Amino acid sequence: MSYYFAIIGTSDNPIFEYEFGTAKAGGDGVPRFPEQARHMNQFIVNASLDNVEDVQWGGGQMYLKKIDRYYNNYISAFITGSNTKFLLLHHPTTPSTTSTRASTSIPANPTSPQTEEAIKQFFVEVYENWLKTVMNPFYTQGMRIDSPVFRGRVAAAGRKYL
Amino acid sequence: MASASKAARIGEEVWKSRVDKVNAELVTLTYGTIVAQLCKDYESDYVEVNKQLEKMGYNIGLRLIEDYLAKSNTMRRCTNFKETADMISKVGFKIFLNITPTITNWTSDSKQFSLIFDENPLADFVELPDDGRAQDELWYSNIFCGVLRGALEMAQMQVEAHFISDILRGNDSTEMRITLIRYIDDEMPMEDD
Repeated sequence: MSYYFAIIGTSDNPIFEYEFGTAKAGGDGVPRFPEQARHMNQFIVNASLDNVEDVQWGGGQMYLKKIDRYYNNYISAFITGSNTKFLLLHHPTTPSTTSTRASTSIPANPTSPQTEEAIKQFFVEVYENWLKTVMNPFYTQGMRIDSPVFRGRVAAAGRKYL
Repeated sequence: MASASKAARIGEEVWKSRVDKVNAELVTLTYGTIVAQLCKDYESDYVEVNKQLEKMGYNIGLRLIEDYLAKSNTMRRCTNFKETADMISKVGFKIFLNITPTITNWTSDSKQFSLIFDENPLADFVELPDDGRAQDELWYSNIFCGVLRGALEMAQMQVEAHFISDILRGNDSTEMRITLIRYIDDEMPMEDD
């Protein structure tokens, strides 16, 4: 599975993006998006913002689960109290339908409850670190996050859960 | 050392019973805003920002000493500079910030020591600006130096304080160096004739 993670600010401006691959089931953490589709990630993620807005007032939850699908790309969302969106695009390397029985492993099956839970934990951990980053007095609200510390922590959360 | 444990006890007691507390994030964010605004106002002239922070601290220290003496009820003079150091760390920092920096690295003449800040409530969440200079020039918590200088000056001690390392800069510890320059003698009023 390959992942593309983006944080979208309150005026739909991208604040942070990070690409990584699965570290579960012997994965090496390197993203493997097909070369001709990789540049589409940003479009796909931004297109899903409409779906986020559709459901964001519904349940009062921060974790909105899977909100969009574009061919073999699945998008999960998490929304913070200040309306900043965390979006995670996940792209299984091989379509899960080829498997004869439904696999429960996180890298192979993007729709299983286990995957949903793992993504939730990933979001929660990123959320905690994001909080610390925006509490930094030298950070201006809505600004791009350049902090290498934050990037490192997102990478660590990705390795840990996904 | 007897005086050290006594100081620790006083600090603990005053912190528990006689100090109004505020939310730690309020302090952190307020101080952070001040530093960030200073950096903006002085257009990232960090040397100047350090100077301003020190000056602010000095003005705080001049008044804070009264509050410190009132709360701690220790009107007795410290017998030597070592005892002063204990009181600074275990009573002063304890009652105002609930931290007790470690006292270490005394010089042999007992006039210079270091305070190591294992925790620093001012610096929570902080990452210095990534402009290639802040890491080398800005002493984020420099207000402490001024506070000590101001407070000790009112207690007849002229000291010089500065940071020599800061975790925010990537150092292993946050260390402040304090040097006693002289005891200020009581100045006699000029004779009339």
